[in-house]
Amino acid sequence: MMSATGANKFGFAINRSRMIDYDSSDRKVREYITSREPSFRLCFACGGCTATCTAGQHTSFNLRRMNTYIRRGEIEPLREEVTRCMLCGKCLLVCPRGVNTRNVVAVAAEAIRKLERNEL
Amino acid sequence: MNSDLFVIPFNLGLYFILIYSVVRSVAWFRSLSRPDKLRLQRGFFGRPFMDSLREIFMESLLHRKIFRKNPVLGYMHMSLAFGWFLLIVFGTIEADFFGEKHLNPPSHAIFFRWFNPEHGAEGLARIYNVWMDFLLAFILSGLLLAVIKRFTPRMMGMKKTTRHTWTDRLALTSLWLIFPSRLLAESFTCGAHGSGSFLTGNLGSALASFLPAAEIAPWFWWLYSISLGTFFFMLPISRYFHIPVELFLIFMRNSGITTGDRHSSYTEVQTHACSSCGVCISVCQMSYAAGINDIQSAYFIKGLRNDRDISAITANCLMCGRCEEVCPVGIELGPMRLIERRQGERADRTLSLPERYSVMRKRSVTEKVPTQSYGYLVREEPEKAEVLFFAGCMTHLTPSVIAAMKRIMESAGVKYRFMDEKGGVCCGRPLMLAGRDREARELINHNSDIIWKSGAKILVTSCPICYKVFRESYYLEATVMHHSEFINLLIEEGSLRLGYLHRKVVYHDPCELGRGSGIYEEPRAVISYVAELLEASQERSMSLCCGGSLGNLTLASGKKAMIAADAARILTMSSPDELITACPLCKKTFVQATKTKVSDIAELVAAALPAPSKRVARRRSARATVRANDAG
Repeated sequence: MMSATGANKFGFAINRSRMIDYDSSDRKVREYITSREPSFRLCFACGGCTATCTAGQHTSFNLRRMNTYIRRGEIEPLREEVTRCMLCGKCLLVCPRGVNTRNVVAVAAEAIRKLERNEL
Repeated sequence: MNSDLFVIPFNLGLYFILIYSVVRSVAWFRSLSRPDKLRLQRGFFGRPFMDSLREIFMESLLHRKIFRKNPVLGYMHMSLAFGWFLLIVFGTIEADFFGEKHLNPPSHAIFFRWFNPEHGAEGLARIYNVWMDFLLAFILSGLLLAVIKRFTPRMMGMKKTTRHTWTDRLALTSLWLIFPSRLLAESFTCGAHGSGSFLTGNLGSALASFLPAAEIAPWFWWLYSISLGTFFFMLPISRYFHIPVELFLIFMRNSGITTGDRHSSYTEVQTHACSSCGVCISVCQMSYAAGINDIQSAYFIKGLRNDRDISAITANCLMCGRCEEVCPVGIELGPMRLIERRQGERADRTLSLPERYSVMRKRSVTEKVPTQSYGYLVREEPEKAEVLFFAGCMTHLTPSVIAAMKRIMESAGVKYRFMDEKGGVCCGRPLMLAGRDREARELINHNSDIIWKSGAKILVTSCPICYKVFRESYYLEATVMHHSEFINLLIEEGSLRLGYLHRKVVYHDPCELGRGSGIYEEPRAVISYVAELLEASQERSMSLCCGGSLGNLTLASGKKAMIAADAARILTMSSPDELITACPLCKKTFVQATKTKVSDIAELVAAALPAPSKRVARRRSARATVRANDAG
C-alpha cells in the first residue's frame, strides 16, 4: 500500500514504536486486568503517576507506558515493567481519575504469572 | 421396653466429643514447633497456669470483655456459658449427693429429674431445687436474648450479626432446643409427680391440669437428649467448636506462643477458637461506612476454617486493626491476614507435598515468573549525621509537612541530614502489606545500608507507615522516632520555643501509629502544648481509619471516599478549628472529605514557632530576591 503510493519516499513511513503487531499482541492480559480491576478503564494517560513515581526516580519504570503495553497486548516488555514497582502508592494519590493503580500493577503481575501457566 | 433408652443419643454425642477433643489436641500439640512445645509444657506450671485458669473463668465463662463493650450482649453470652457451666456442676453435685449412689455416669446428672421424679419435696433438697430452677431460668433468659439478637441485631446494639453456614444453623437450632426441651421435660415429669420448684413445679402443675403429663414427659426427655447429642456431633464442624478450642488457645497464648509469620497449629487453633460472635463486623468501617459486608474477620476466619477460596476477602481489608482490638477471644487477626496474603494462590496449598514439589519443578524450568526485583537501585555513600530525617514517599506529596519539619528542626538547632530529599526508596511496608515480604526485604536492605553508613543516632520519620516498618522489620542502631515523638523530645529538653495558638483542635490517631505502634500520648502532649485539644468520640485504640490505607489493594476509590467522609464527620462533631493528624496519607485523604482545615501535627507546631526576628526575615527576603533573579 505504502510502496504503491510511494508516500514512504517522502518520510510518511509508519513509526515503528506505534506499530501494533497482531501476531504477538495478546489481549488476554488486558481482559484479565479490566475484569479484576475495572478502574483500569478510567485511565486517560495523563502521566501523573509516572511523574510522582518513587521507582521511576531510580529506573525507567513508567506506569503510563505500562498501561500502553497492556492496552496493546505487548506482553514481552510488560514482563520486565511489572517487576520494578515498589507498590508505595504515591501514584494512587495523584491519579485524577481514581484508578486503583497499585492493584493494576499487582493484577498485571498476576496475569503474566497465569499466562505462563496457561491458566488465563 | 426400657424407657431409659433416651439417654443413648446424649451418651453417644458426649463420648464422641470427648474423644475427638483429646485426639485433636494431641495432633495440634504434635505439630507445634519444638520451642513452642516447650513453651506450652512450661505453660502448665506456675504463673502462666494460674493466669490461664483466671482467663478461662473471666473470659470463657463470664465473658468480661464483651460485657465491657456491650452489657446486654455480655449478659447473653454469660448466661449461656456460665449458666450452663453452673447447671452441669450443681447437677453433678445434686446427683452425687441426693442420688442413689456416688460417682454416677454423666447422664444421671443431666437427666436427674427423670431418674428421681419425686425428689425435692422437703428440707435441703427443696432449697436446692429452687437453685437449680433459678439456673435454668438464668440460661433461658440469655437464650431469649439470643433469639432476639438473631432476628433483630440492632436491638442488642449490634450493627450486624454473622451469617451462618448450614452446619452452624443446625448446631444453633440444637443448642436453642436444649434448654426449652429440658424445661418442658422437667415440668411434665414434675407435673405428673407433684414435685419441682417455682419454675418446673408451677409450669408442670399448670400443664398437668389439662394434659396427660406422664405420657408426654418421655417425648421431651427424648428431645432433650437428641438435641444434646446433635449439638455434640455438630460441634467439630460448626462454630461451636470454639467452646473447647478457646480453652486450648488460652493455654497456648499464656505460655507465650505467638502467631508469627506462617501457618502453624497456633493459627489453626485461633481459626477454630473464633465464635463468629460478629463483634468484628460491628466495628468494621468497611461494613457500616462503605456497605461491604462479606470481608470481615469473622468471614475471613470462617473461610479459612472451611478451606474456601478467600483470596478476595483476604485482600479487601484496610488492616486498620479495629477488629483485633475488640475481638473477645483475642485472635491476632492482622497477622493472620498477612500470613494468608503471603500464601498467594490457595490452589497450591490443597496439593500434597510431593505433588506441590513436582508442580514447582515443572514450573521452574518453563516459566519466566515476574517477581519484583530492585537490582537497579544504586548503593549510596551518605554523609555522616547525628539525626537522619526520612520523610517517606507519602510525605513528599505533602510538601508543607516537610517544610514544617525543616523549620522546626532548624529552630531547635538540630543538625540533621535529609535522607530522601531527592526522593528516596520506599520503606517496604506497602509491599509487606501486600504479602510480598521477599521483595520488601530488598528495599529494607537498601535503606538499612544507608542508615548504617550515615552513623545516625536518631532516625526521624514523618510517615507512620515507614515508622512501623523501621521499628519492627529493620535492624538498626539508630533509635526510630516518629516526628511527633521527636518534637515532643525537643519540647521536653527545652530546645524548642513555642507560642500558644488559640485554636481548638481534634486529633486523629493514624492506624499505623496508634494501634499499630502504640503511640498515643506523645502527639497529644505536643498538641496540648500549643493548642486546645478536644476529645473525639472514637480515639486512641478505637480510633477510626481514614480509609486511605495502603493495607487494602483492591478497594475502589469511591468506597474509600465513603469511609473517609464518615470518619471525618465523626471526628469533626465537636466542630474544631482544625483536624490534626500525624500521617501524610490521612491528611491527603481527609482534605477531600471535610470542610474543616486538616493539618499535620508538624504544621501545627511550626505555626506556633515565634516569627523570625527582623534581621533574619530581611536576610531571607534578600536571598529569595537573589533566587528569583537567578531564575529569571
